[in-house]
This record gives sequence, C-alpha cells and structure tokens, in this order.
Amino acid sequence: MTISPIENGIVLDHITAGKGMELYKALGLSELDCLVAVINNAYSRKMPGGKKDIIKIDAEIELNLDIIGYFDPGITVNVIKNGVNTKLPKIDAPKEIRDLIKCKNPRCITSVEQELPHVFKLTDSENMVYRCIYCETKAK
Amino acid sequence: MRNLIDILDLTTTEIDELVSVANDIIDNPQNYAHKCQGKKLATLFFEPSTRTRLSFEAAMYELGGNVLGFSEAQSSSSAKGESVADTVKVVGYYADIIAMRHPKEGAPLVASMHAGIPVINAGDGGHNHPTQTLTDLLTINREKGRFNNLTVGFCGDLKFGRTVHSLIGALSRYENVKFVLVSPNELTLPEYIIQEVIEKNNIEFVQTTNLEEVMPELDILYMTRVQRERFFNEQDYIRLKDSYILTPEKLENAKKDMCILHPLPRVNEIAVAVDNDSRAKYFEQAKNGKYIRMALILKLLEVE
Repeated sequence: MTISPIENGIVLDHITAGKGMELYKALGLSELDCLVAVINNAYSRKMPGGKKDIIKIDAEIELNLDIIGYFDPGITVNVIKNGVNTKLPKIDAPKEIRDLIKCKNPRCITSVEQELPHVFKLTDSENMVYRCIYCETKAK
Repeated sequence: MRNLIDILDLTTTEIDELVSVANDIIDNPQNYAHKCQGKKLATLFFEPSTRTRLSFEAAMYELGGNVLGFSEAQSSSSAKGESVADTVKVVGYYADIIAMRHPKEGAPLVASMHAGIPVINAGDGGHNHPTQTLTDLLTINREKGRFNNLTVGFCGDLKFGRTVHSLIGALSRYENVKFVLVSPNELTLPEYIIQEVIEKNNIEFVQTTNLEEVMPELDILYMTRVQRERFFNEQDYIRLKDSYILTPEKLENAKKDMCILHPLPRVNEIAVAVDNDSRAKYFEQAKNGKYIRMALILKLLEVE
C-alpha cells in the first residue's frame, strides 16, 4: 500500500502501534477538512515489536504539542514545507494538562462541580504520572 | 497571601515556628488575648464536625476575634446548588480568614483560588486534614521533644484515613523515622503514598496485620477509626470496623514512654480502660488542637 508524500503538512511518526486512532481523536483531527491518513502497524526498526503508527496531515495546522507530549513524548513531529522535512525537537511531557482528561474519582470536587477545569500536574516525570490537582488521584 | 491546603504547603522551619508559637500560647495565653481583635473567622463546614470546628472557633475567640459560619451544608446556599467558588467569593467580603471542611476532595483548593482571603483546609473528604497533622505534630513535640529518631505505628484504616496520610507526609521529611503500618489487608496504605512519599524519601517501613507483634518497637502508636462515611458499601464497613481494639492487655509489651495518639472521635477502637494509662495522650492531643490553630490563624493573618 502506498500513501503519497506530503508537500506541505505534518507527519506524526513513531506512535506506539495501535494508538494512532486514539491520538487522532485526542488531537481533534476529525474536524479537519484536509486529507488525513492514519497508518496502523507500519514497519519500524526502532519501535518495540517492529511496528508503529503514523499520522499524515496534508495541511499546515497548529497542533497542540501538550496533547502529543502527554500522549507519548516519544512521538516524532515532522513539519514539511515545500517538500522539505524539518523534525521538531523532542517534545517534553507537559508539566500541566488542562481539560484534556477528566478526573474519575467520585469523591473529587470536579465530580459535582461541572464548571471546574480538569487540571492534572506531572508529579513523576520518570514514570509519566499525572495527578488531579484537586484530589491527587492518578490519571489513568 | 498564604493558604493551608496540604501540610506540605508548610516548610519544616514554618512547622517549627508554629509549634514554638503554640507552646508560647500555652505558657502565656494572656499575651495573645487581643491579637485578632476586629478580625473574623468564617467556619464553612459542609460536613459535620465537633472537635475541628469548635477548636477553630475557640481558637479565634481566644485571640480576641469573632466567628461566623455554618456547621452543615443544609444550612448553606450549597443546598441550593451554589458552587464552592461563588460561596467563598461572597464570604471573602464578610470575613478575614476561612476554615473550610467539605466532603469532596479538593474543595478547599478551589476555595483558595476564589476567596481573596486565606483559606485553611479543615478536612476534605478522605484526602487531607493539615490542621489535624499540626495538632499531631505539636503533641509529638510536647511528648517526645523531637520529630526525628522515632518509630511511629499507624493502626486501623490506613486507606481512607486522611490524618494518617498527612502525618506520614509530614514526618517523612525528618531523619531516622520508621513507619510501622498495621491494618487489615482491605485497608492498607494507598500504594501511591508508599511509592511517592515513603520510598521516595528512603524511609524504613513495615506493613503488618498484627499489632501485638510490633508493639514493643513503637515510640508512638497512632490509632484510627474505621470511618463509616468513607464506605460506599455498608457491609464492608461492618466487616472491618472492629479489626483492631486497643486494650490495656495489648499495651503490656509497649515501651513505658510510648505515646498513644488518636485524632478522635473514637468509637470502640480504644477501650475506655486505656484512658487511665499515662501513655494515652489523645485527649491532650485534642486540647493541643486549639493552640496550634491559634498559631496558624496568627501566621496566615500575618499578625505579629
């Protein structure tokens, strides 16, 4: 199967195999009206199991890098302009994420006050542990 | 402007200062009788409490200040569906400092973001109870004279016991502290506290279900109640509530100067006969709660 190269756009590479669609949804890419390709189980020498997912976006758009950093800081972001590929520096896991995930603790204040933002802080960068700022419950 | 939401909001130096002021208040109460004249404490208790609310109120009165507030959610506008943010925004216009208890975890943090005046967390669900921890620390200081070189046993509900979580966090910052964690298997200390607090600080600890076996080691025994209000399932509560009952017989092998603490209220986990033992310090501990809260109010109101 062949997917044609992009002239101007973004390629998200080295996504853990099977996670491509999840990231597609988290980034809200279904809202775009340009061509977007999600490639599952592409061959990879680097990735565990020899497989990876790739997302190709055929347009220059603003991506929320915090979402990518939270999802998996190992993902490579390539920006392509006039056929020239520029690899962005490694994305760090964001220190804080806001309204990206919801706290699942039924005892948390966010479970009863719908207007509150759901904010999680990175408490253990080695193990990528995020905790709700209100109740300290670990993000799943 | 400072708040107290989590005990770790305070440095160990600040804790030493608070303990020192509290000790001075105990020795010289007359010097503090007018320190908060003209100031008002709002006690916003969305969940019932006896000791904590009354000790906050007594603390403010003994500093010469006044108190306003409510003692249950039904008598506040939250019963009409008002948010915590809106409630405290308004209270911020009427009072100088807030002490807040709420059944939902994180509610006092939300309050501190909107009140415009200092907020003290007086207990948020099973999460934190920093002024109880200050009370515990003042009692340990008065009974043992130190926070380091202690073997501290925690017994009972270590899963939902917020006072246990906060005290472990506070004591983990001192040298040569050892924790002995005694609980039924269903109520063990949450894994994240073991990993992110105890192990991270290289604190020695043991987990056991047998209190008598570890009793001789302990410098402090911190008993807790299995709290009905923390269970979604009544059957689990009934099954676990009598797991540990401290009796004079069980204390036979304890050190002569061991100190028995309990955040109170007690139900039946400490037999009344233990109250006469010189090592029983839980009523002393409740008394200390007023003095440390006086010191805290002074600090947060920046009263010299």
